[in-house]
Amino acid sequence: MKLQEYTSSSHNFEECMKCTVCTAYCPVLQVNPLYPGPKQAGPDGERLRLKDPFFFNYALKYCLNCKRCEVACPSGVKVADLIQAARIKYDNSPVKWRDRMLASTDFMGHLARPFAPVVNAVTGLGVTKTMMDAMFKIDRRRTFPSYSARSFEGWMGRHEKEQAAFPEQVAYFHGCYVNYNNPRLGKDLVKVLNALGVGVQLLEKEKCCGIAMITNGMKTEATKNANHNVKVLSKAVDKGLMVLTTSSTCTLTLRDEYPSLLAVDNSAVRDFVIMATRFIYERLEKGAELHFKPDFHKKVAYHTPCHMEKLGWGVFSEKMLRMIPGVEFTMLDSACCGIAGTYGFKRENYEASQAIGKQLFDQIKTVNPDVVACDCETCKWQIEMSTGYPVTNPISILAEAIETNKD
Amino acid sequence: MNNNEFDVIIIGGGITGAGTQRDCAMRGLRTLLIERSDIATGATGRNHGLLHSGARYAVNDPESAEECIKENMILRRIASHCVDETDGLFITLPEDDLAYQQTFVDACRKAGISAEIIDPELAKRLEPSVNPELTGAVRVPDGSVDPFRLCAANMLDAKLHGGQVRLHTTVTGFIREGDTIKGVHTRNLITGEERDFYAPVTVNAGGIWGHDIAALAGVNIGMFPAKGALLVFAHRVNNMVINRCRKPSNADILVPGDTVCIIGTTSTRIPFDECDNVSVTPDEVTLLITEGAKMTPSLSSTRILRAYAGVRPLVSADNDPSGRNISRGIVCLDHEERDGLKGFITITGGKLMTYRLMAEIATDAVCRKLAVQKACETADIPLPGSEEGSYEAVAQKIWEKPSTAQKAAAARMGSRASRIRTRDRLDEALICECEEVSVGEVKNAIERLDASTLTDLRRRTRIGMGTCQGEFCACRAAGLLAKAHGCIDKERDDLKEFLQERWKGNFPIGWGDTLREAEYTQWVYKHVLGL
Repeated sequence: MKLQEYTSSSHNFEECMKCTVCTAYCPVLQVNPLYPGPKQAGPDGERLRLKDPFFFNYALKYCLNCKRCEVACPSGVKVADLIQAARIKYDNSPVKWRDRMLASTDFMGHLARPFAPVVNAVTGLGVTKTMMDAMFKIDRRRTFPSYSARSFEGWMGRHEKEQAAFPEQVAYFHGCYVNYNNPRLGKDLVKVLNALGVGVQLLEKEKCCGIAMITNGMKTEATKNANHNVKVLSKAVDKGLMVLTTSSTCTLTLRDEYPSLLAVDNSAVRDFVIMATRFIYERLEKGAELHFKPDFHKKVAYHTPCHMEKLGWGVFSEKMLRMIPGVEFTMLDSACCGIAGTYGFKRENYEASQAIGKQLFDQIKTVNPDVVACDCETCKWQIEMSTGYPVTNPISILAEAIETNKD
Repeated sequence: MNNNEFDVIIIGGGITGAGTQRDCAMRGLRTLLIERSDIATGATGRNHGLLHSGARYAVNDPESAEECIKENMILRRIASHCVDETDGLFITLPEDDLAYQQTFVDACRKAGISAEIIDPELAKRLEPSVNPELTGAVRVPDGSVDPFRLCAANMLDAKLHGGQVRLHTTVTGFIREGDTIKGVHTRNLITGEERDFYAPVTVNAGGIWGHDIAALAGVNIGMFPAKGALLVFAHRVNNMVINRCRKPSNADILVPGDTVCIIGTTSTRIPFDECDNVSVTPDEVTLLITEGAKMTPSLSSTRILRAYAGVRPLVSADNDPSGRNISRGIVCLDHEERDGLKGFITITGGKLMTYRLMAEIATDAVCRKLAVQKACETADIPLPGSEEGSYEAVAQKIWEKPSTAQKAAAARMGSRASRIRTRDRLDEALICECEEVSVGEVKNAIERLDASTLTDLRRRTRIGMGTCQGEFCACRAAGLLAKAHGCIDKERDDLKEFLQERWKGNFPIGWGDTLREAEYTQWVYKHVLGL
């Protein structure tokens, strides 16, 4: 007899009615015939994998983990979770150096930050890109996100006392992107929340949410981060704080991926982690007031990131933006931009990545906005690179539109 | 030689008939097999698919137990692509008498079955689905065997040895000269064609229907139809066969078979006129779930795919109303000796497990009549598909990077998977998504394995056996059949019949997700496709 490590599934694959709606909504399947599609890779494949792990299909690596299949599923089957969990359980191939590098956003940010101007200049060079392509199969056509010389955490450290003075407090899970690449966004959030009379504090040393580790097969590292984050989130929650976020992917990871992919129990903190746009929208809805600049005008096109669709919270960002006087709002059609975190950076995925995003890029060009609003940093890189239009987090647009005593 | 003359005619396309044809053909006889429906439609395809170690019979029927363990070891060798070497557990639950365990183990050892008492903790590690409250466990060399595959492989080998197979053909009467059977009158139930075939010996391997066949020849064999009901669960909950360590009773075997697992059985005497249309009653369903969940608690929350029942072809010896105490032993009747009817042999009793031995006994009897002296080789020569080890090895050998469907095909067909055509990408497209059956594999079954209806295809490829129960594969496969036969109208009727038959199995367990799925299937076929 063969002994199997996994003889049962913790996912609800038997609830699948085989209606195949997920397959129709899968952005990968439309551009990559090598991918078996969410139904095949998810619930159908799970039955076979339970019979024998031999039936695991390596083509599951083409899954973007965009979760559009789960949004589409009328039976509530965790299709993408099934696929990602299968990759974690059955893909025993060693993690490539390239993937390890791309996934270690925290570590790379830590290394790069002190030399940010140099790193930014070097990664922008054609020769560097060619080298990265040859050595690591990171596609040369990609634009790399630039690093900031000063970290957000450092800035917050310098403003700790001032923030603590506010009677009402929230905690902020900023994520690697805000810390290393775009502290501006964090500062914008602080500005808006302060204007609402809310002070911001950091968690007791957060770590990368770990999504890139999950999708790149680094389960051990991801679980370590998850356990750490749940611990520090609990401390904040125990103090009675809500934990706000500005990245839809980090949010989804903290709330949903921890229990279902890493089996890390986050039930004590899950409901307290929400997107900042939701928090702010609900405040404004209840009558909180902000002072808007009278002459503000911007044509904003909002792109709902896939993980925001999955959270079901795109509506909060949309409504919040629509509340800003002077915003000429366009809702872009629901479509995946194709980058999916580290996925699009890999040479083997570049063509698929761009093909998936084409519909969105074309629509943006037609709408011709001043700025594209979006709650996800990787969508931002992809859209900026592929369309030339600037992309900003809705929080930054709001921050720009308001007047505070400091202005 | 006339093309309607043979050395031996075998009636019945179950495993006994197929095995007998293979054996006869391998001994150089010109063989014809006649089956009124398709392969494995009777008891052959309507059981657990348990590769008995014989342990179940060790205490009450040591003779059967010995036969089982011998055949078990033979099938592992000659039918490796049909066999899943899972091993089995005989568990004792708190409500069972633990003292029986020693009686059981002693009887097993006496019959030559290796039975090892293991720590319940080890049993839980080996088979995590088992009831954690178990108080004892014995490990035995049980396994699972796919009866459709086994039957098809035997028939295929008979054909490779020059045998002829006529499916969907019924025997309407015997050609008799005095006290000798000279041949059979037949009618093809699909085309209506009537033909006579001649042979000096005819073997009745009709299972429970052998009773009627014998009556047609003018002899009486007292058979005992005992219905057994089973439930198929939608995925494989257990990876080892799980049995109860107690006197054989209802619903005490859970067998993992391919992508599913099967709990059974019951045993109820039924009248002969019900043999053609057995159904599963609500009481049987309740019994199977309740008893099954005692062995494997997760069964109570696992989706049930369908319910089905088979009829055991037991030869009655006494008046026991349940049929449990009748030996599962093999009965070979030479009607010349028994009834003075020459040229007619009945092979019956027995079970799936001992089909090869039954075939050997029947073929020996045929050879005696024909004065042919050639030894039986079926225990040594592998069946087509089983020449090369595991499906992993087969898949890796045929394809550099096998897809899931190719891996699944290797698991179903063994080395014969290399015959699947992949001329273009269409041949690689999937017909059945649940079981991963490609267009190429279905075409192979139509062209080489005598499949003429959707149900025939199901038995050869597993289309329609998965979670969706034909929802998606049925119309796709119907398209291929219509193309192969050049007839759309007939195929439309076939499609209707196939879906009706799938619903028959869903109906007794029609609740929850199974009902939703069936309803969805109905929308698709009735409202979208206008069937």
